[in-house]
Amino acid sequence: MTPIDPILRVEDVAKSFTMHLRGGLSIPVVDHVAFEVRAGECVVLGGPSGAGKSSILKMVWGNYGVDRGRIVVGDVDVATAEPREVLALRRSTMGYVSQFLRVVPRVATLDVVMEPALAQGLDPAEARARAEALLTRLNVPERLWSLPPATFSGGEQQRVNIARGLIADVRLLLLDEPTASLDAANRAAVVELIEAKKAAGTALLGIFHDGDVRDRVATRIVDVGGFATAGRAAA
Amino acid sequence: MTAPLLEASGLTKWYGDRLGCRDVGFDIREGEVLAIVGESGSGKSTLLSLLSGQLTPTSGSVAYRMRDGSIRDLVSLGEAERRHLFRTDWGFVHQDAAKGLRMGVSAGGNVGERLMAVGARHYGDIRAKAEDWLERVEIDVGRIDEKPTAYSGGMRQRLQIARNLVTAPRLVFMDEPTGGLDVSVQARLLDLLRRLVADMGLAVIVVTHDLAVARLLSDRIMVMRQGRVIEAGLTDRVLDDPREAYTQLLVSSILQP
Repeated sequence: MTPIDPILRVEDVAKSFTMHLRGGLSIPVVDHVAFEVRAGECVVLGGPSGAGKSSILKMVWGNYGVDRGRIVVGDVDVATAEPREVLALRRSTMGYVSQFLRVVPRVATLDVVMEPALAQGLDPAEARARAEALLTRLNVPERLWSLPPATFSGGEQQRVNIARGLIADVRLLLLDEPTASLDAANRAAVVELIEAKKAAGTALLGIFHDGDVRDRVATRIVDVGGFATAGRAAA
Repeated sequence: MTAPLLEASGLTKWYGDRLGCRDVGFDIREGEVLAIVGESGSGKSTLLSLLSGQLTPTSGSVAYRMRDGSIRDLVSLGEAERRHLFRTDWGFVHQDAAKGLRMGVSAGGNVGERLMAVGARHYGDIRAKAEDWLERVEIDVGRIDEKPTAYSGGMRQRLQIARNLVTAPRLVFMDEPTGGLDVSVQARLLDLLRRLVADMGLAVIVVTHDLAVARLLSDRIMVMRQGRVIEAGLTDRVLDDPREAYTQLLVSSILQP
C-alpha cells in the first residue's frame, strides 16, 4: 500500500432495517454510499438528522450489519469480515468515540480511559501517563479519576469517552458528535486534540452538529442526505 | 496459525425424539469470550454439557487442543482423561455455587483441593496460593478457614471462581454465573470476571439469558432457539442490529432502568 491509498474506502454500501416485530416492515437507511478517507483528513458526514450519519459510522465500526457493498479498512472488508477480524481491527487500527459512554459498573475512570491503550499492548505506566494527560487536557478533575463515571454529569462522561477514544494510536478514528454536550472551553480542547490527530496522520470520520466545530476540523464534508434520498427513491 | 482451542462441528443431541440441540458449529481461541444466549429450553445447557464432554452427542464432534498441542475429539476421550481436563485445564462455574464447591470443606480447602489435584503437596505453598486467590477474588483472607455455608451468595460465587482459576485453566465454562445474585453483587462479580479473563487470557464460554451480562463479558454471541443457533456474530452487532425476529424480540424485551 502506498501512503496515498485511503485508510477507509466505502463502496456502494446499502443499509436497511427489517422490523420483524412490525410485520417485517423494511426501513431503508442509506443506499449507494461511497467515499474515502485518507491519512491526515477529517471527513465530516453532513445532512439532516435521520439521514443515516450515525448508521454509517456504526457500519464502519462493525456494530451495524451491511446489506450490500464494501467497507475496506486496511486490507479488511468490515462488511463481510469474521467477528474475530473486526475485533482485531478495533484493537489495532480503529478507534470510536460513541455518542454516549457505555458505563461498566465499578470500573474507575482512569481504567476506562486506559483500556484501549492496554489492549494494544502499551506499557501500563505509559498508558496511565497518557490517560492522565488526556483527562487533564479535557478538564476532568483529578478527584474523579478513581471513581466509576456512572454518576458523572453528561458532559463529564462524554469527556471521559473522548479520552478513551483518543488514547490509542490508531489509523482511523470515528467520532459521533464528540462535542455535543460540551461547553466552549472543552469544545476548543477537543478541536485541538482532533487537529493533533490529523497532523499525526490519523484518518478521521466524524459527525459534528456544531457548525463552528465542523468548520474548524473538516477537511471535506460528505453529504449523507444524497445517499439517503437515493435509498428512499429506490425503495 | 495454531488450531482453535476448541472447535465444535455439527453438534446434535436428541433425547429420544426430543431435540436438545442441532447442528451447532463454532470455534474459540484463548482470550475470547463467547456468550450463548437464549431462553429456558433453547438448548443452551445441552450445548454446554456437550462441549464439556458431560453429554455424548448424537452426532458431531468437539475437537480440543490439549496442552501438548495434540488435537483430540472429546467424544473419544476416556473418562479418566476427561476428568483430568476438568481438574486442570478447564474450569466450570455453575449458577448454583453448591454444585461447584464442596460445602463441607473450608474455603482454603476448596481452593487447595484443585491444586493438590495437579500435584501440589507442600502445605505452606498450597495455603499461600489459596490466600493469594482469595485476595484476588476479594474475599477477606481472615475467613479462609470458614466453610462456604457461612458465606453470602456473592462470596460463594467468587470462591467458586477462585477454585476454578487456581490451576490456570485455558478454558472456562460458565452457566448463568450471575443468576440469582443481587444486582450490586452481580456488578462486582462481572467486573472481577472481566479483569481475570483479560489478565489470564482465558477462553470463556458463558451461557446466560441476561443480555446485559453478555454485553459486558463477551466478544461474540450465539443466539439459540429451539435447539438451533439462529443468529451469531459480534456481541455489539447482534445486540445493536439484531437480524432475526427472535433476537429482535429478545433485545426489545430488555428493561431499561
